[in-house]
Amino acid sequence: MKKTIITVVGKDTVGIIAKVCTYLADNQINILDISQTIVQGYFNMMMIVDTNQTGKDFGVMSKELEQLGEHIGVIIKCQKEEIFNQMHRI
Amino acid sequence: MINIFEVAETNEMIEKENLDVRTITLGISLLDCIDADLKRLNEKIYQKIYGAAKDLVATGDYISNEYGIPVVNKRISVTPIALVGGAACRTQEDYVSIAQTLDKAAHEVGVNFIGGYSALVSKGMTAADELLIRSIPKALAVTERVCSSVNVGSTRTGINMDAVKLMGEVVLQTAQATKGEDSLGCAKLVVFCNAPDDNPFMAGAFHGVTEADKVINVGVSGPGVVKTALEKVRGQNFEVLCETIKKTAFKVTRVGQLVAKEASRRMGVPFGIVDLSLAPTPAVGDSVAEILCEIGLEHAGAPGTTAALALLNDNVKKGGVMASSYVGGLSGAFIPVSEDQGMIDAVAAGALTLEKLEAMTCVCSVGLDMIAVPGDTKAATISGIIADEMAIGMVNQKTTAVRLIPVIGKGVGETVEFGGLLGYAPIMPVNGFACDDFIGRGGRIPAPIHSFKN
Repeated sequence: MKKTIITVVGKDTVGIIAKVCTYLADNQINILDISQTIVQGYFNMMMIVDTNQTGKDFGVMSKELEQLGEHIGVIIKCQKEEIFNQMHRI
Repeated sequence: MINIFEVAETNEMIEKENLDVRTITLGISLLDCIDADLKRLNEKIYQKIYGAAKDLVATGDYISNEYGIPVVNKRISVTPIALVGGAACRTQEDYVSIAQTLDKAAHEVGVNFIGGYSALVSKGMTAADELLIRSIPKALAVTERVCSSVNVGSTRTGINMDAVKLMGEVVLQTAQATKGEDSLGCAKLVVFCNAPDDNPFMAGAFHGVTEADKVINVGVSGPGVVKTALEKVRGQNFEVLCETIKKTAFKVTRVGQLVAKEASRRMGVPFGIVDLSLAPTPAVGDSVAEILCEIGLEHAGAPGTTAALALLNDNVKKGGVMASSYVGGLSGAFIPVSEDQGMIDAVAAGALTLEKLEAMTCVCSVGLDMIAVPGDTKAATISGIIADEMAIGMVNQKTTAVRLIPVIGKGVGETVEFGGLLGYAPIMPVNGFACDDFIGRGGRIPAPIHSFKN
């Protein structure tokens, strides 16, 4: 399983999760976990997704999600899971 | 599974605290390029570097994109050129032609620095070593990306005082040769004692003869991350302080390890070491001096600075060593002046002098680094400063280095601007009492005794 962490940060508005999920579904990306909080009116979401099924190159997916974020007015970032595992797990 | 707080912590480090991988440095051996014909030698060097490093920048950028961590610099280190050029070079100009080849190759593959225009002369100089050293001013003046270093001493061999004397002159000549750019050439020239073979950081990187044909070394950074972590334990005792530094250094180094392994895998080049240094930049919040202030000093240079730096350096190593399978290079806290806003402020406030910096180098990871001094400083005085710093390294079995910039045409109170990562610096006063007779003696200082440690 190739896990990627998607983080979404920005001003809370209607349909952020819907739009991100639609993109992921359209690209055969399976969501394994979602957590979300709102800190001082700012929307913070983290998704752990499995990119095994998608035919999309990581760079392309990352760019497209970034553009989607610009469109909705939030910052979307894709990172491979290893950086977090390395830093927070021995 | 990873949770949202861990993800947020990592991304906060990257976005707000300047966590980055400072450099992926590809070490390339040029020993197999040696040829008695200068033209052929230059061709072979260019081909070897181009062939080995053509994908380096793209690999660094790809990794940066995948993990969301900036990989700031992609660089190359090569075998000390004094060895590589020994058979072909008869004149200083011959050596300069190799520097130009290195510069051309660096431009072509897109790296911002290439290190290894170097000579290792800790005990004695061959004719080739001396020729290379004398060619350094010209080589650094006619190239943009070439970095040079000379190792003039070690704990095992003592200090080559002939080389120390010569390097005082070479530093001044380099300053003269690049005076149009505020003597910038000297920012690319380091004099070492106990130089490591696997250092990925410039300007002192070279690919030692003990290394494999090619190797990936990675230098991490993260002074801002350590400072932010320490803000949360303000006022607490030394145990808490040291534990916090260790844990933070561990996290920072893990990122370096990941990037190094990934770069090694993608390029098919063995992973060498992670250099777990706290390397500052002129950016606010990316400063080692600010960590010292957070530990409890008004300014770097205040009484207590050496102790604070010693514990910082030691705990960075303790935390980092467990995070990486191989640690090497310089590993510790760098204390350059011009590349660290907190250091610049300390000098401007009158808190930090050259002498205090020298004391700090006894416990930091390298030495007197990026210090601007008046352009009329005498060569013998520069040699004297080098000799002092080399003695500290030799006796304490550590790497020390000197990267002084005598800024031609400028004096104490003026400022010099190097730009980019090299920053800017106020020109610091130098002790003006003479040491000419000491430097003029010639010969070597014998290796120190390795027992009766007091």
